[in-house]
Amino acid sequence: MAQSAPAEAAAAALPAPGKRRRSRRDVNTMPLLAPSVIILFMWMIVPLVLTLWFSFQRYNLVTPTITGFAGIENYQFLLTDPALWTALLNTLLLVGWVLVITVVLGTLLAVLFDQDFAGKGVARLFAIAPFFVMPTVSALIWKNMLMHPVNGLFAWISRSLGFGPIDWFANLPLTSIVIIVAWQWTPFALLILLTAIQSLDAEQKEAARMDGAGALSMFWFIILPHLGRAIAVVVMIETIFFLTIFAEIFVTTSGGPGLASTNLAFLIYMRALLEFDVGGASAGGVIAIVLANIVAIFLIRAVARNLDA
Amino acid sequence: MQTRFLIAAAAAALLAGAGPGLAATVTIATVNNGDMIIMQKLSSAFEQQHPDIKLEWVVLEENVLRQRATTDIATHGGQFDVMTIGTYEVPIWAAQSWLEPMDSLPADYDVQDVLKPVRDGLSYKDKLYALPFYAESSMLFYRKDLFDEAGIKVPDQPKWSEAEEWAKKLNDPSKGVYGICLRGKPGWGENMAFLSTLVNTFGGQWFDMNWKPQLDTKPWKEAVTFYVNLLKSYGPPGASSNGFNENLALFSTGKCAMWVDATVAAGLLFNPQQSQVADKLGFAQAPVDGWPKGANWLWSWALAVPTSSDAKDAAKTFVEWATSKDYIKLVGEKQGWVAAPPGTRKSTYDNPDYQKAAPFAAFVEKAIETADPINTTANPKPYSGVQYVGIPEFQAIGAQVGQMIAAALTGQMSVDQALAAAQRSTERTMKQAGYPK
Repeated sequence: MAQSAPAEAAAAALPAPGKRRRSRRDVNTMPLLAPSVIILFMWMIVPLVLTLWFSFQRYNLVTPTITGFAGIENYQFLLTDPALWTALLNTLLLVGWVLVITVVLGTLLAVLFDQDFAGKGVARLFAIAPFFVMPTVSALIWKNMLMHPVNGLFAWISRSLGFGPIDWFANLPLTSIVIIVAWQWTPFALLILLTAIQSLDAEQKEAARMDGAGALSMFWFIILPHLGRAIAVVVMIETIFFLTIFAEIFVTTSGGPGLASTNLAFLIYMRALLEFDVGGASAGGVIAIVLANIVAIFLIRAVARNLDA
Repeated sequence: MQTRFLIAAAAAALLAGAGPGLAATVTIATVNNGDMIIMQKLSSAFEQQHPDIKLEWVVLEENVLRQRATTDIATHGGQFDVMTIGTYEVPIWAAQSWLEPMDSLPADYDVQDVLKPVRDGLSYKDKLYALPFYAESSMLFYRKDLFDEAGIKVPDQPKWSEAEEWAKKLNDPSKGVYGICLRGKPGWGENMAFLSTLVNTFGGQWFDMNWKPQLDTKPWKEAVTFYVNLLKSYGPPGASSNGFNENLALFSTGKCAMWVDATVAAGLLFNPQQSQVADKLGFAQAPVDGWPKGANWLWSWALAVPTSSDAKDAAKTFVEWATSKDYIKLVGEKQGWVAAPPGTRKSTYDNPDYQKAAPFAAFVEKAIETADPINTTANPKPYSGVQYVGIPEFQAIGAQVGQMIAAALTGQMSVDQALAAAQRSTERTMKQAGYPK
């Protein structure tokens, strides 16, 4: 369902209009593209058509007696469901906050790790390590060893300072998930932005320094503009992944309490595998595809503009 | 060279696959509870008796098992030959003719020996569709040492108002002891199982005779308010993420003064290898409030053979073996009688060895015998089930309402808001499913 979004994004990025030069020999090279285009198209269209087809069916696994064409019933039911709007809002909050945190932290860390200091290699390795931990594993570690109100490290710290422990997943469910996901993805932003910083011309920096630029203005006027393109790429790739955050929610809060940490992906999971309502879940999937494509259009435009410049 | 090696490897794999040709393979999907793990361990005895049957095990966590089993059976996948399912699924799936009837059982199986409420729970139109592996009701566990110290004597049938007083008296977080532990983790088989029994005894029910949801009625408000206050004031922190296993860990390490949950916990708590409170354990029937029935649930994990199985006879042979008197005896001898699968057979409770090893046996038997899935609530209801509603839509409803109750427990919503939202979502689901029918 939502997986088709990256494929579509890739497909949409393929043609670069106005840039195609006629080759000298005047051979039609289009057919040579066909195999890859056809595979990409099939890759996208089969799940999409199936999802669309199911979304118009009355199809619940546990009540097989009710079948047939449902018309727009599934969509009507979903769009009038207050849970959908909560889930959409949570999705946007989750994507937005994690993006802000990872990009800001990633940029600052990238500048830090660009400096020369003893043990740089080891420090870089440690900073990047969280990205290689599987989402379920890191969620379990955060749940049971860090944020647990009885056994967790945070509870121990706040108790030894004389405060009561915070029950993270019960009282701040969405914040907790933002923290976990940001912890995982900051290294990714760091990795991309660090390589971008390293490509910055040393002579340009030297010239700025000779003109009397301080550290802050160097950062603001030289490094940050240079990183613009890389930040756009980070934002695009991260958004694609954050729209479908699932494992962290599944392991820690199960979307609750109430609907406080249910995002669109988790809502679809609940419809499909807790309620076995294939029709309703597919309708949710179609809404997720629409949402992903709206985001993709804006992002690809932004990135393309950045790349042209 | 490399190709030749590959061909040889492929041929070897083919031959190996064709090797045990004649043996029927029975794939068993089961839940990762202690009793099932014992079954898996002891199943080599079955394979020795039946050399032509090979067993394959898929052991899963309860929710995952339910998803895998339901999707497999609904799509006629035929992955599994034996499924572990509960009293909720059996009648619903039998009605869809997804399950093989368990008729023509051998005489030495002695089906009359299986406790009647359990047998009824696993039947559809008076025909048995699954055989019970173990069965449970719910009851009150308490810490005898703490209660004696406070000078409290617990009657065989306590009341919820009394339980609240005791919880208040014994709640001592500075010593790491909380007054009462109850299920708070959202889910129709988790917090809603307990809460449904509480609502029953407060005089409420899920639906009236016209299938109108009753979640905005007075008994629900009283019961949920009582539950939320009780856990907030005298419960452990993080109660909204505690299910059966979490509470078991809390109680067995001495962190709870009281706990109301499945009777199957009695065997686990009484086993000194697994529990630090084995010698200080007291039991009573689950507390009641205004209405005397429906305070103790009825559940059974049972083994069923789906119609999509390709080894039905072999599967049935296994199910009969795993639920037989002989199997219970085998567990008693090999693992100790306290670990014998409880709740299924009269003969287990008549067995002096079991009575000696498990002093809670009489309580459990009484709790199961008095659980009545039909005449449960103060007012007549159109559904069967004590702690659930025996319709396919209930999984969805229970999951949604469970989330709302958990939100009320953590204070994200007030009780009134949570129940209003729960009532709305239940009405929507029922309307979509075409009720009233």
